[in-house]
Amino acid sequence: MTATPPIELVCPAGSLPALKTAVDAGADCVYVGFKNATNARNFTGLNFTDASMREGIRYAHDRGRKVLLALNTYPQAGNWPEWTKTIDTAADMGVDAVILADPGLMRYANRTHPALRLHLSVQGSATSYEAINFYHEQFGIQRAVLPRVLSLPQVEHVIKNTPVEIEVFGFGGLCVMVEGRCSLSAYATGESPNCNGACSPGKHVRWEQTPTGMETRLNGILIDRFGDDERAGYPTLCKGRFAVGDDTYYAIEEPTSLNTLELLPDLARAGVRAIKIEGRQRSPAYVQQVTRVWRAAIDRLKADGERFAVQPEWMTALNNVSEGQSHTLGAYYRPWK
Amino acid sequence: MKLALGPHQYYWPRQAMMDFYADVAESPVDIVYVGESVCSRRHEMRLDDWFDVARVLAEAGKEVVFSSLVLIESESDLKVLRKLVGQPDFRVEANDMAAVQALIRAGHRHWVAGPTLNVFNPETMAVFADQGATRWAVPPEMAREAMDGLLAACEPRPEVEVTAYGRLPLAYSARCFTARHFNLQKDTCEFRCLQHAEGMPLKTREGEAFLTLNGIQTQSAKVYNLLGDLPALQASGVDVLRVLPQSAHMPELLALFRRAIDGDIAPADAFAQSQALMPEAPCNGFWHGKPGLEQYVAAA
Repeated sequence: MTATPPIELVCPAGSLPALKTAVDAGADCVYVGFKNATNARNFTGLNFTDASMREGIRYAHDRGRKVLLALNTYPQAGNWPEWTKTIDTAADMGVDAVILADPGLMRYANRTHPALRLHLSVQGSATSYEAINFYHEQFGIQRAVLPRVLSLPQVEHVIKNTPVEIEVFGFGGLCVMVEGRCSLSAYATGESPNCNGACSPGKHVRWEQTPTGMETRLNGILIDRFGDDERAGYPTLCKGRFAVGDDTYYAIEEPTSLNTLELLPDLARAGVRAIKIEGRQRSPAYVQQVTRVWRAAIDRLKADGERFAVQPEWMTALNNVSEGQSHTLGAYYRPWK
Repeated sequence: MKLALGPHQYYWPRQAMMDFYADVAESPVDIVYVGESVCSRRHEMRLDDWFDVARVLAEAGKEVVFSSLVLIESESDLKVLRKLVGQPDFRVEANDMAAVQALIRAGHRHWVAGPTLNVFNPETMAVFADQGATRWAVPPEMAREAMDGLLAACEPRPEVEVTAYGRLPLAYSARCFTARHFNLQKDTCEFRCLQHAEGMPLKTREGEAFLTLNGIQTQSAKVYNLLGDLPALQASGVDVLRVLPQSAHMPELLALFRRAIDGDIAPADAFAQSQALMPEAPCNGFWHGKPGLEQYVAAA
């Protein structure tokens, strides 16, 4: 019997300092994006220039870690060359893999840079082994990131039926909708994760103190209103309070983070190859905190095996950096659905 | 230009569904998409019922297409998919890459690339065309300009279908928002969607109609309506207009679209007449490259 390789820890970096922090805190891989619409975290002040990317790759490689480049938006006829040029640049710089969602780009990458490793982005919405095997057979993808949709037994079933490595989200902001299948932001603001790499973008956000409380708006649409005793959160449109029937509540999802730390042994047993931490838009301090905890947990699992137990201080540290200071198991836990 | 009735988004009692499609058989549509594409728990219409509906529609001269489930989670979802792909009589609209994979395996050469496949550029269209896709249902969020750009670079050009009417399917989730509203879990949802023939309206805290909760699907509150944009649709060479089902005035709407396509009524007049048939205010922002919920008056 061959030993199962340890789970890889894949951490986010929206800047060179965040990348270095992630590497120093124990990330096996750091995923990054360029400063343009080619990736799904195209936020002002975030991401890498060519120079910072080269330095980041050197920093990670010098320490035996990998850099994965997210190129996970869908180009259109008018801007296609910007995406292919980015793939060429990434291959030239020696990134360890590109994370793609668009089949046309995968074909380009596969034909132009046959040695370049391809990962299927969560934006590709592949929720079954059949879908993943399509990308494998057509373009030779070697890893797929699962949308935050499947329960734990469903994740295990996917792994049993595909040769492709499976990466799942372990921690961070929670997309309630199937990634790649959500046009809510486009409907409200004209900018979407699919085409612009942005959800509920900041330039459409307005905070207004009113006599009835702090109001948060997205392109004029009231997403939530907060009393003096409440902490006003960013108006991500699926995490506002809305009226359905006679009830006003978080009709889609509460402002909460995904945290699957307690499922780590189950994920390992299921054959998950890598755990992804969400949050390229977050600070280096967040990256450090989350990476340290997950590094410690994965190392502990390796050492303790069946005796693995989640340490209370890990949960406290993670809750401190969670959206809304709370967490959920999301779809891994069936009743969430 | 052909007229299509898109897949039914809602969960209705079996008889209501049968009656609905009996009317459709009499209506002036050319293409009808059938089958359950939203939620695998919906079972009022069994697969055999859908085949019965499909045969009646085909006998009435309609092209029938089976629309596959958008979100596939389980092995039983895949089994249903394989049955759809395995039948020899009707085309299939692939709404997920698992459907594409099944169609390739089965050697189909004449399928529809559905709106949730995210075909946004000519290179991706070519990937699917090479595998047998002959019609492209444009993702609703894609603007006319981008669609024109894709088509200009396509050789051969696929048949092009644009969603032109209905509450827009905007998002899909593993979670059921209708069940959540009633404090139920999806697995024990009591099929509450049956009591909401057009989903549940979601309003902002100042009463603005924003979205519609339809089980695991989230739709727009406003009704997408491109009747006024018909000249532009024709100028872009769109081959098929897709109208999505709603509970009231469906025969009148289809007839109105038919007359507008055939030039028997001016697009602006057709748009004006359609107002009385819509459950909510119109929008057409996506077509114009703007936020989807906005409404642009077509230039005279």
